[in-house]
Amino acid sequence: MELILALAIGTLVASGLWLVMRPRSFQVIIGLCLLSYGVNMFIFSMGRLRMGAAPILDPSVDIDPTAYTDPIPQALVLTAIVISFATTALFLVVLLAARGFTGTDHVDGKERDS
Amino acid sequence: MNETALFDFAGPQHMLIAPILIPVIAGALMLFYEDRQRQSKLGISLVACVLMLVVSVDLLLRSKGTGPSGGNLIGLYVLGDWPTPFGINLVLDRLSALMLVLASLLSIPALVYASAGWHGRGQHFHSLFMFLLMGVNGAFLTGDFFNLFVFFEVMLAASYGLMLHGSGAERVKAGFHYIAVNLVASLFFLIGIALIYGVVGTLNMADLAQRMPGISDQDRPLVHAALAILGIAFLVKAGIWPLCFWLPSAYQMASPPSAAMFAILTKVGVYVILRLGFLAFAPGSGPSAGFGAEVLFVGGIATMAFGSAGILGSQAMSRMAGYAVLISSGTLVAVIALAMQDGGVPILGAALYYMVASTLGISAFFLLVELAERGQGAVAAMLALSADLYGAPDEEPEEEVTGLTLPATMTILSICFAALAVLLAGLPPLPGFLGKVMMLSSLLQGGQGGTTASWVFFAVLILSGLATLIALVRVGVQTFWAGDDEGPRVMAIEIVPIAALVLMVLVLTWQSRPVMRYMEATASALHRPQVYIDGVITAERTVDQREEEAASE
Repeated sequence: MELILALAIGTLVASGLWLVMRPRSFQVIIGLCLLSYGVNMFIFSMGRLRMGAAPILDPSVDIDPTAYTDPIPQALVLTAIVISFATTALFLVVLLAARGFTGTDHVDGKERDS
Repeated sequence: MNETALFDFAGPQHMLIAPILIPVIAGALMLFYEDRQRQSKLGISLVACVLMLVVSVDLLLRSKGTGPSGGNLIGLYVLGDWPTPFGINLVLDRLSALMLVLASLLSIPALVYASAGWHGRGQHFHSLFMFLLMGVNGAFLTGDFFNLFVFFEVMLAASYGLMLHGSGAERVKAGFHYIAVNLVASLFFLIGIALIYGVVGTLNMADLAQRMPGISDQDRPLVHAALAILGIAFLVKAGIWPLCFWLPSAYQMASPPSAAMFAILTKVGVYVILRLGFLAFAPGSGPSAGFGAEVLFVGGIATMAFGSAGILGSQAMSRMAGYAVLISSGTLVAVIALAMQDGGVPILGAALYYMVASTLGISAFFLLVELAERGQGAVAAMLALSADLYGAPDEEPEEEVTGLTLPATMTILSICFAALAVLLAGLPPLPGFLGKVMMLSSLLQGGQGGTTASWVFFAVLILSGLATLIALVRVGVQTFWAGDDEGPRVMAIEIVPIAALVLMVLVLTWQSRPVMRYMEATASALHRPQVYIDGVITAERTVDQREEEAASE
């Protein structure tokens, strides 16, 4: 599972970085989305990988911390998802405005050759 | 709830959260008003900013400690009353109080300037302005990494809105680059936070600093990597070369009141580098002491050199202001690096003094540039023509400004401009000079004297001042002497904020002794992170106290 997760994060981040460095604004925004997926999964994995363990302690039984998963990365990733979603949405609006002003989807507003 | 609890709620210890609450309440309140009611919104914003100034001055006065506390009192606000390493807390010390005062000092002139017309050129200027201040104040006060990220994002989201305020093709293009760079930097920020949590198991800055010496050799490289990745986000924000290419064009294109406020944004990056550098990499943190100082030094020097080259090569005054921002933050980062390598207290104190002076000066410069460029005559048209050859953007159509015009506008503007040029270039008698001389003299006297790094810094600091002077004198002569006789149409309300900022700089010169004493005490507190760490770690929960009181009754 660790290997699969590591490969998935690596693929997402690598593809995201590749797309962010493209000169088309649509590719940039998709790249940012992929990057934030990769980063979110990375945060998630920092709480150690566990299957079927609850993050909330049950006070009615004897508490054995090893049987639970760490809740903090889950809380962090939730916040991070909300924030990166909001900022990406805002970026999309700017993308549309830039597209409207320049009539092209090149990030500099004009093709390099023209 | 008994009477004491009620008193607690309004007690002075709750003042600590006021710099965050005031702007968020004011900003949210304004969303209920229709956007055309700008005068009411302006009123609310001004009241909020003045309140913030009062609160932050009060906090500054209360953060001054006495001898036993190292001259640094830690104010702690435990949100939700959770025990310290787990809960979210706000920490106030001398440095953060200083930054809070600086932010609120900048906000009032920018608001007054915006009221002359800029706040009407887009939607929700005042709310965005308030949310920007909320993010900035929160970033100065927070004591843990994740909330630092959250406040950074609040600040950045508001700054995206302010950056695009007024719209227009060029502004949107510059804003597009600005947003893209900052979004990627935020993702680096998250990776750094996640790595720190994964390895050290804490997000609290003081807790991390406490655990730094005990980290195993196996984990240490990971922690270093995490803090280095985190550092990228702050270096982008501070505009350190080679992560600064977005900055001059973004700041040039932003509307003047927004740009005047953006002067503090680079200082937020510098603030976090300062805070983390002296907490996590303090001399007491074992093998990690001074980690990254070399990189910061090289980056700072490169930024100063890049800024100097840029300011000499700029055609427009507004672009020069952007490069002046780079020179200022480059100087600060280089000094932080020197101070981290046993540079001593005096150089850091001088750098803090220089930071306050240059931030006020750059903010005034952004406001002044727009007025000066408004009155461009034939020479400026020629300049604009040559700027066009270099691919500089077109001049935007100006709205006709109506209202009272001042006589001798150009005289007042040119006096302010001369004062700012003297300040930014570091000529006597203004604080730019005082700060630089104190930095250089403490370099010569301190333990760093004679090392290669100190000589490099010495040379680059003087050369960057020279470059600033040449560039500003050149553009000043073109604008104020070679311009048409008829000055720009300027309203009193536009000149007053600039004059107020210049006046603040003069006060800083006049009162340089007490100000410097405060800065030195701040620098010495930064060199003694144990006060900060103990202040945060040993903080008591109010519930515990109440339980004890209840038990004793």
